Amino acid sequence: MATLELKSLRKTYLTEEIIKGISLSIEDREFVVFVGPSGCGKSTLLRMIAGLEDITSGDLLIDGQRVNDVEPGKRGLAMVFQSYALYPHMDVYKNMEFGLKLAGVPEKERSEKIQHVAATLQLEPYLHHKPGQLSGGQRQRVAIGRAIVRNPKVFLFDEPLSNLDAALRGQMRVELSALHRKLNATTIYVTHDQVEAMTMADKIVVLQKGVVEQIGSPLELYHHPRNLFVAKFIGSPPMNFFSAIFQNGGHDGSSVQLRDGTLLHVPVSPPDILPGTKITVGIRPEHVELAPASDDSGVVEVIERLGAITLVHVRCADGQIIVVQTDGFTTLEVDTPVSLKLPPQHCHLFAPDGLAFEACRRHPLAA
Amino acid sequence: MQAVLEHSAPKGASERKGKRTGLLLLSPAVLILLVWSLVPLAMTLWYSLINYNLIDPTLHGFAGFSNYWYLLTDPDFLYSLLHTVILVVGVLIISVGGGTLLAILYDQEFFGRGIARVLVISPFFVMPTVSALLWKNLMLHPIYGVYSAMMRAVGLTPIDWLARFPLLTVMMIVSWEWLPFAVLILLTAVQSLDSEQKEAARMDGAGPIAQFRHIILPHLSRAISVVVMIETIYLLTIFAEISVTTAGGPGVASTNLAYLIYSRALLQFDVGGASAGGVLAIIIANVAAMFLVRSVARNLEV
Repeated sequence: MATLELKSLRKTYLTEEIIKGISLSIEDREFVVFVGPSGCGKSTLLRMIAGLEDITSGDLLIDGQRVNDVEPGKRGLAMVFQSYALYPHMDVYKNMEFGLKLAGVPEKERSEKIQHVAATLQLEPYLHHKPGQLSGGQRQRVAIGRAIVRNPKVFLFDEPLSNLDAALRGQMRVELSALHRKLNATTIYVTHDQVEAMTMADKIVVLQKGVVEQIGSPLELYHHPRNLFVAKFIGSPPMNFFSAIFQNGGHDGSSVQLRDGTLLHVPVSPPDILPGTKITVGIRPEHVELAPASDDSGVVEVIERLGAITLVHVRCADGQIIVVQTDGFTTLEVDTPVSLKLPPQHCHLFAPDGLAFEACRRHPLAA
Repeated sequence: MQAVLEHSAPKGASERKGKRTGLLLLSPAVLILLVWSLVPLAMTLWYSLINYNLIDPTLHGFAGFSNYWYLLTDPDFLYSLLHTVILVVGVLIISVGGGTLLAILYDQEFFGRGIARVLVISPFFVMPTVSALLWKNLMLHPIYGVYSAMMRAVGLTPIDWLARFPLLTVMMIVSWEWLPFAVLILLTAVQSLDSEQKEAARMDGAGPIAQFRHIILPHLSRAISVVVMIETIYLLTIFAEISVTTAGGPGVASTNLAYLIYSRALLQFDVGGASAGGVLAIIIANVAAMFLVRSVARNLEV
């Protein structure tokens, strides 16, 4: 098992910088998820760690050893690819055997290891099937088995579940989490799916355009997003935003005036900005409260009933749409006038540079 | 035709009428095929059984199997058979072996790859007669040839390739023509290889040679078997290159089966003997084709 350290890693293709100096340390047995929109460089970063892409500058350390120039096969890592990349002309057994054979593991030991892994992953009945005869989930398992059998220091996953259907994806997610607990291996997992990131990660790294936006536990990202990008990216449906005027603030909170004149006292301490500055208020749909209309501040435009929850899209007087998440039993109908209540303790404030105001008290689950 | 007939399995009168319409519609194609393939075959079979020499009209009448006997006991025939096998196998080894290596080379990124690819394919567009003439007169001519000039430039005596190694030289010329075909097919196959598979092999610790052996070569096996099949069909009948460069000589040193049949029929005017050779060639080609098709078909299954 291993620790990993990235020291201002950079990657330049021709003249374009893809990875712009990423520093990160990954503890032993940690499950780290790289998440971000497509094109943010998360896969490139993973491939740099794997050794499939050259590192333009910076240092990559595995267990304290600099491995920038070590061949991928010699770094002690194993990777599960998005397309699984099974060898189509070899059966399941030979797929798992290939790496061991190249490493010069004796025949008997190989067979023992493969049998053991096959038992763990319930692959025994398929050992002599070719990948073409397996279903998507089974192929996925073989790809994981091929990684496990080499007993690597670090597991790398490159969007491994994105080719599966929704039901299977949920199932494999649980299996992967259980497997990680059992193997206790350091794992780096790349995904664009925030559900995967939130449910599996010990630590999430949010990337955008080759830059780390925030590193933290899933709930830390949810309750204390560091900036507007993370606030928008984490959470589904995404956070609502509207502009407001900063009034004043201190250690116990900040006062802001919304566009309709409402004053909010949010328990966050402001950075060094002047009263009167235009800032952004964010609140998650699950925290907005609907009240019967006392005035014509909003009208229900669309209702999405998902069974357990209902998403209500409210058009405010100024034309902006705000999404509110309520329980599944609401009797609201389209075109009903409603008014919205924003509980101040759930509001996030963002300075004009996009950075969030510091919360006065951290959320107990995201300490 | 079988499929069409089975598809409209006759049950009632109307269906029988439908079947007759089907046959009627099929008949032009079937008739043309019959006329174009069966008539020459029947004529060849008939000629091979009679005495038929254009120079000696007095020699005629039914000959039985004496044409075949004469041919099978002729050492030239056995040589020509051997030369056919050597040419086919030799050209296959050179074009498939070289084609695989070149395909992998041309799959790499390098400056001017587009132009290089066009150049490597271009010999395929030169017709056999022309390429044989080019090699004979432009490249290998012992006095005027480019190759001879190069040899003399470094003080060596040029070899008269076509006189000293006629079969090998023909093999080289034919390989030069067929290598581009192999490169073309194998290059597209190499390009269709999922790059993640190569990367997975790298993660498994495979170096370039192990990747080639365990990932690329198995991936190419289907394309290679297709190349082998198509090339064999054409290589069994190499003619233009031999006719232009060596005319089968010296002696019969570069005569293959196709050239032997030609020389029997149109140089010695022995139509009967040539027809017997033709029939034997048909049998040999069919046996080879049967083995090839069977092995390729097995290879094409997943």
